[in-house]
Amino acid sequence: MSSILEINNLSLSFGGVKALQDVSFQVPENTVTTVIGPNGAGKTSLFNCISGFYKPQQGTIRYQGEILAGVKPPVRAAMGLARTFQNIALFRGMTVLDNIKLGAHVHMKSGLLGSLAYFGAARREEMAVRQHVEQHIIDFLEIDHIRRKPVASLSYGLQKRVELARALAMRPKVLMLDEPVAGMNREEKEDMARFILDIREEWGVTVLMVEHDMSMVMDISDHIAVLNFGQVITEGLPSEVQNNPEVIEAYLGTSDMDSLRKKLNPECEVA
Amino acid sequence: MDWLFFGEISLAGLAMGGLYALISLGFVIIYKATKVINFAIGEIMMFAAYLFLAFAGGMEMSPWVALPLAVLGGSVLGGVIEKVMIRPMLGESAISVVMVTIGVASILVGLVELIWGADPQLLPSFLPRKPVFIGEMYLAPKIAYGFLIGAGLLIVYLLYFRFSRGGVALRATASDQAAAYSMGINVRRVFNLSWVFGSLAASLAGVLVAATGGLSPQFGAIGLSVLVVVIVGGLDSILGALVAGLFIGWLETVAGAYLGGEYRMPATFAVLAVILVIRPYGLFGTHEIERV
Amino acid sequence: MRIGDAKQSYEADEAIWTSSTQKIWLAIFLFALAAFPFFADSYLLYMGCLVGIAVISTTGLNILTGFTGLISLGQAGFMGVGGYTVAWLSLNTALPFPVTLLLAGLLAAAVGILVGLPSLRVKGLYLAIATLAASVFLHFIFAQWESVTGGMGGLSLEPAHLFGLTLQSDFEMYFVIVPLAVLMVLAAKNVFRTRVGRAFIAIRDRDISAEILGINLLRYKLMSFALSSFYAGVAGGLFAYFYRVVTPESFPLSMSIFYLAAVIVGGMGNLLGGILGAAFMTLIPEALNLLTAALTPFYPNAPIFMSPMLEIIFGALIVGFLIFEPHGLAEIWHRIRRFFSLWPFRN
Repeated sequence: MSSILEINNLSLSFGGVKALQDVSFQVPENTVTTVIGPNGAGKTSLFNCISGFYKPQQGTIRYQGEILAGVKPPVRAAMGLARTFQNIALFRGMTVLDNIKLGAHVHMKSGLLGSLAYFGAARREEMAVRQHVEQHIIDFLEIDHIRRKPVASLSYGLQKRVELARALAMRPKVLMLDEPVAGMNREEKEDMARFILDIREEWGVTVLMVEHDMSMVMDISDHIAVLNFGQVITEGLPSEVQNNPEVIEAYLGTSDMDSLRKKLNPECEVA
Repeated sequence: MDWLFFGEISLAGLAMGGLYALISLGFVIIYKATKVINFAIGEIMMFAAYLFLAFAGGMEMSPWVALPLAVLGGSVLGGVIEKVMIRPMLGESAISVVMVTIGVASILVGLVELIWGADPQLLPSFLPRKPVFIGEMYLAPKIAYGFLIGAGLLIVYLLYFRFSRGGVALRATASDQAAAYSMGINVRRVFNLSWVFGSLAASLAGVLVAATGGLSPQFGAIGLSVLVVVIVGGLDSILGALVAGLFIGWLETVAGAYLGGEYRMPATFAVLAVILVIRPYGLFGTHEIERV
Repeated sequence: MRIGDAKQSYEADEAIWTSSTQKIWLAIFLFALAAFPFFADSYLLYMGCLVGIAVISTTGLNILTGFTGLISLGQAGFMGVGGYTVAWLSLNTALPFPVTLLLAGLLAAAVGILVGLPSLRVKGLYLAIATLAASVFLHFIFAQWESVTGGMGGLSLEPAHLFGLTLQSDFEMYFVIVPLAVLMVLAAKNVFRTRVGRAFIAIRDRDISAEILGINLLRYKLMSFALSSFYAGVAGGLFAYFYRVVTPESFPLSMSIFYLAAVIVGGMGNLLGGILGAAFMTLIPEALNLLTAALTPFYPNAPIFMSPMLEIIFGALIVGFLIFEPHGLAEIWHRIRRFFSLWPFRN
């Protein structure tokens, strides 16, 4: 299976702080790939690099074989890279429907003059988008009962779903989800997991997730990469990753002080 | 090139700049503590100047009694404005708070016109009249002594904020309200006092400027120049207020003398435009970084 | 959401006026607008025209500040560009007035784009101050570029010509200003039914997310400036034709503040709010006028107090609305409507 997204030797630092150090891994096409790691491991920084907000000091990101360098975020959106955020980034001044339609922005064409006139090309485009959104997204994510509500009035779980809907309206090839089930209850998590799997199946989208809920990650991921202190510890199938001693150490810690010391300072002689 | 003339103009400009620095310091104190851009600072100055007019003119008090009273009045006004109109707006968007200060400015202008009328007024003189000479250059005494008084207060303020507990409290509240609160700093009081002290500085400057140039309900327009000063210096920078204040005061006076009065505002705003392009956060301001 | 009002098609759902009650009220309102001049005296007609102009300008500013979140203190400057353009064109060319008005709007839009360029580097209140600087520069140009703008004395205009009719009286101007205002408000509403309007709101709410969704920030911010300034330019042009004279003092900084206040008092980001705010702010001075006239027999000094009282009321309105009713008149209107739509039930 080819990789739709390839991260090669990515390094990112802010002043003296090294957020990412020589990070390399693959995101195979049409999989659910998850990046896991403790807090502060650099996962959001990684996403921000892929989105185009941070410029890595070193390394490349290949999307569909092409290197993404200096490409601005709006252009990446048009290329098929969609994303949700850790802190919900919905537009509070709009309804659910408008938020979702905004996702389709890149694929629409109406300009200022067309919009002022409305009747004619702009209207046809609006109706087409509305149709598409209703049939494929709103029904699919089961949010038809809230479509006219202002997003500020929705519960947290529903807001996350609307954010997912908006990302889907971008007709993405790669969907980046930053902690999609954080703060949800069991039922909501199961729903979300189901949606993610359906998205992969029915839409042919590649899902790249950052997530902390291990059971969900192990259940639905096809491929996992583990990040710690800005470095990739390992990547592979869920079963492989689960049994990797380094991963266990990173999450649970270790009482073995020697190996910890060695890892932190390779030149230091262990007493 | 008449260097003597240039020197005299420059001196006058710098003296004015010193007063600008004082007003801007008041502005920066308010901004640092409460993050409010106080568009009404010119009108607070104006109000204090009118109070002086009332005390020293109408009530015929000695100017040296009227001055502290007027400054006190201006400070109290600042405190009242904060308590009654700014505090309820805590948490609202910046534009809303700014609009409130614009509204307050309007109220003050109307009030002043209602009580004292729309005609320009002269303040009773109280500064020494002897002409001042620096070398060969002549400096109008009102301007010179005004500058000295203003500079005196400026130095007091700088020392206070650098070394006293109050100053530290201000800086702490400015950088992190919640942390300051949990350290036992009475944040509400810091807010209110910042407005009081900021208005104090502005009020003194107001009386001094009015003593030089006259007073009318349009006096608050000086706030526009002050705005440029704080943007150029950096909204939260005391050093910036000083440096930019001196510079803008000098520039305005020089532009007015050499190009004509109508060029004063455009010259000042041209500097603003340049700063916004090359260093939007001002010469010494802090740039806030947004987290994605 | 209206009860018992299900739609059969997406088009019906997306229409501006969805129920038949709304459409009937709209028809009544439009009819009243059209019939008004025949029953109104000259003073009311004058007010009607002024409100029409204010509605256009306020709607423009609302687009920029209320919907896109870009605070502008330069509205008066843009109106001035429109006013002076119309004046110059009417004095130096034989272009008919619809063309001069269009050109006024376009030139104002161009200036708006120029003023909006700093939005690439600065945000929020810094941008507002940049617009203030633009306003000062424009004012300077109006006063100093004597060959074109007539300097401090300004320019005076001939009445507008339309299809051979000369538009002299307020009655005639009304039938130009008000339909134009209605059209322009409708056009604005249309914008917010499409992707352009949504992009504006997205920029206001969370511009970083907007970028990720594919919105080119600079492009849309400049578009907002251009559209808003176009409206201001048209309003300024109408102002010029209405008063038949433009001077540098016709478009002072206080006018920019007036329009900002109208947007806030009416309700930011709400087109109906813009209309209500414009009407309200225009009528307040007149109400005060009437009050003063009524009081003068008892207090002969009353007229002297009118100007400062106006300032105080103006300021108090701004402060009062911001503290107590931040969503403005539009919110009050909606509350009244809700009350009546559910009446006689409470909830």
